[in-house]
Amino acid sequence: MADTAFDLIVLGAGPGGYVAAIRAAQLGMKTAVIEREHLGGICLNWGCIPTKALLRCSEINHLLHSLDQYGFAAKDVSFDIGKIVKRSRKVASQLSGGVKHLLKKNKVTVVDGHGKLDGAGKVVVDTTTYTAKHVIIATGARARVLPGLEPDGKQVWTYKEAMVPEAMPQSLLVVGSGAIGIEFASFYRAMGAEVTVVEVLDRILPVEDAEISAFAHKAFAKQGMKIITGGKVAKLEKSAKDVTATIEAGGKSTTVTVEKVILAVGIDGNVENIGLETTKAKTDRGHIVVDKWLQTDEPGVYAIGDVVGPPWLAHKASHEGVICVEKIAGLKDVHPLDTSRIPGCTYCTPQIASVGMTEAKAKETGHEVKVGRFPYIGNGKAIALGEPDGMIKTVFDAKTGELLGAHMVGAEVTELIQGYTVAKTLETTEAELMHTVFPHPTLSEMMHESVLDAYGRAIHF
Amino acid sequence: MPIEILMPALSPTMTEGTLARWMKAEGDQVSAGDVVAEIETDKATMEVEAVDEGTLGKILVEGGTENVAVNTPIALLLAEGEDASALEGAASKPAGKDKSEAEPATPEADAAPANATAEKPAKPEKPKSEKPKSEKPKSDGGRLFASPLARRMAEQEGLELSALSGSGPGGRIVKADIERALAEGTGKAKPAAAEAAAPAKGAAAAPAARAPAAGPDAKAVAEGAGIPFTEVANSSIRKVIARRLTESKQTVPHFYLTVDCALDRLLDVRKQLNTRGEAAGVKLSVNDLIIKAAAVALRQVPGANAAWTDSAILMFQRVDMSVAVATDNGLITPIIKDAANKGLSAISAEMKDLAARARDGKLKPEEFQGGTFTISNLGMFGIKEFGAIINPPQACILAVGAGEQRPVVVDGAVAVKTMMSATLSVDHRVVDGALGAQYLQAFKALVEDPLGLLL
Repeated sequence: MADTAFDLIVLGAGPGGYVAAIRAAQLGMKTAVIEREHLGGICLNWGCIPTKALLRCSEINHLLHSLDQYGFAAKDVSFDIGKIVKRSRKVASQLSGGVKHLLKKNKVTVVDGHGKLDGAGKVVVDTTTYTAKHVIIATGARARVLPGLEPDGKQVWTYKEAMVPEAMPQSLLVVGSGAIGIEFASFYRAMGAEVTVVEVLDRILPVEDAEISAFAHKAFAKQGMKIITGGKVAKLEKSAKDVTATIEAGGKSTTVTVEKVILAVGIDGNVENIGLETTKAKTDRGHIVVDKWLQTDEPGVYAIGDVVGPPWLAHKASHEGVICVEKIAGLKDVHPLDTSRIPGCTYCTPQIASVGMTEAKAKETGHEVKVGRFPYIGNGKAIALGEPDGMIKTVFDAKTGELLGAHMVGAEVTELIQGYTVAKTLETTEAELMHTVFPHPTLSEMMHESVLDAYGRAIHF
Repeated sequence: MPIEILMPALSPTMTEGTLARWMKAEGDQVSAGDVVAEIETDKATMEVEAVDEGTLGKILVEGGTENVAVNTPIALLLAEGEDASALEGAASKPAGKDKSEAEPATPEADAAPANATAEKPAKPEKPKSEKPKSEKPKSDGGRLFASPLARRMAEQEGLELSALSGSGPGGRIVKADIERALAEGTGKAKPAAAEAAAPAKGAAAAPAARAPAAGPDAKAVAEGAGIPFTEVANSSIRKVIARRLTESKQTVPHFYLTVDCALDRLLDVRKQLNTRGEAAGVKLSVNDLIIKAAAVALRQVPGANAAWTDSAILMFQRVDMSVAVATDNGLITPIIKDAANKGLSAISAEMKDLAARARDGKLKPEEFQGGTFTISNLGMFGIKEFGAIINPPQACILAVGAGEQRPVVVDGAVAVKTMMSATLSVDHRVVDGALGAQYLQAFKALVEDPLGLLL
């Protein structure tokens, strides 16, 4: 008879769940994690990681088609989509294996199967009941489905099918221009497909700063992507070989015929069929309601990550997992997560990254702002890399010098944003950022220049 | 070893105060519980009681010294059997403890005793040299952890970082702590003396906090014109009034709403209640009923029970009513906590007690710091109406005038009624005109139909 009594049970082994389990084990709790599918969750298996493997290939494809610019020549450059997908799957499975090893190393018990709460403190998997004083729900989320736009897995895809195409589609419609939609649009466009993006709001990447959205829009259009904003897909008509979408935008109706449709209109929390009804935990619009310590209305039951709501980001889930566990363990120096300090990254070409408030949001919340901008064209390293398109924008509170937000578009910005995130978390003002020495020649120098520009002191532009 | 008597903290946020005077002299016998000195803080005078017994061996900080940091040794107590020779080594100890800026506030700081009428000109510039000394916490001499943003905000708002507790990682003081301190009015501002010390370059750093004396220097004018005058040294309370109200009037966008209320029924109800309560010794004042009406009206229009912060408007969920009380030393606003939920007799009893102790300068800091809304009543002086200055960080103050018989038109005919005008001063950042008007409407309805107060 296997051991069934634990201090903590984590439901779901995604980036929220497995990190929570490891942290709990570090703190001496006897911990189990229950996972119905793959260790590492969507992130590792069907999200962040495999898409980054795919996008790496589209970057290489892009470079191979710009060889002349760098003085190279190559003939008959081609790719095999099968091999590209295979590589992406291999990356995912390697990392999933890594998580398995980490859990084992930390002596976390892994239970394969679908866990369901049976009141506080009890989780049933098949016929076995596991008990624990504390249960963390980390069941994640799934693609949101809109009525009339149901995915069929063949012609109408969600992220999951879009990640493992059997053949390279010649044309695609991407519905939704958030991070997921834009990443797929960017990947397929770079690989040569005709791509149309339709966004219901008035601009793509609507959570980003308006200037960054506009910059990205222009860049994508230049790459040949078709973008329809303020548009709604009214219906999808499928034939044997293609799908015709009727799109209503600006009072007009147009049709687009494509081989595949990718739905990326947001996600819904996995709150069903996990026994939530046997507890006092409440849900609100598809997400579990928790307090700042991730506690639900049922004592001893917590929820973290995508299942508690936006921002739907792996690093947010992991961080919540750690906070939740440390609070359970009674550690003193635990602090609730401040969402204004969670960076967001979109791995399209050009990349997009941001942290904190947009300029509009800062003004809306009553801040008088100082805004700095610095373009890639003014940076030596960017020119040397052959990546002269992009910009870095910073928003400061005019009175206190607080860094309210940073917004970037261009090469490698996803690797740069953590600099501003550290700055925000330490509550630095413009003064410390100005005093910081940024190495030359790097793209990061633009981060410095953007801050200087906010105070009218930019050197190189 | 002689026992050190330390400058006490009279409130959690107090960082320094004025050692007003010594009640014992060197050489006096002291037993535990004896009052040895009086300390003056922002608004109150408190007694320092001896904890141990012995002989007051040496006074380290003279009476009348301002800006004495909390935990500074102020005197040495000789235990039984010890003689004055024991003072030798000990006396230098406080200095040695603080290697950076040795003496906290030594007897050389012979500022004029507060509250006393100085015959010779006071020396307002004297404390200047002490400013850096009193700025740092003396108690631990350790590093103060605060984020750069928190440091800058504290400087801009004139807050003492050492008076705040940090909620960030490892107890670091972060932006949220500054915002909380500003909203709660804690984290006592730097003393006025320190602010006045750097008039030239201080303008950018704390523009709102200084400048009680704008325009030509009154003293220069008086001397120039040969007008005889005496100088009354600014007491702590006077400095706080000057600083806070200057800041309020300069930085808070005030607007004013006035309403007339018929008082007759309220006076009637008061009479009946007092007749009934006579045996129990209950004697309600009109002001008690006004306090209750103002509080209940806030419960009905909670938007006026609020305060501005840069990131959010704080909507208080309890009505803590500050009531302005005039004392010989100046204005003070003791607080009736949770006034909306207190009965009239409780409010009445509490008000009497608070007002009496306010006049004696014996209020505890927590009894006058805080509050969510203020009432100022000058009716007893026959003032018809006036506009009060908002008591920050609160959003509203209600100025109550005298009840007087006035001719009013009722149903087309002139009648005589007892009328009272009340003027609400409103922070427009928090409360818009319509909301302020709704509040006054609710207040008027309660005053004119006071049975609603008894529910």
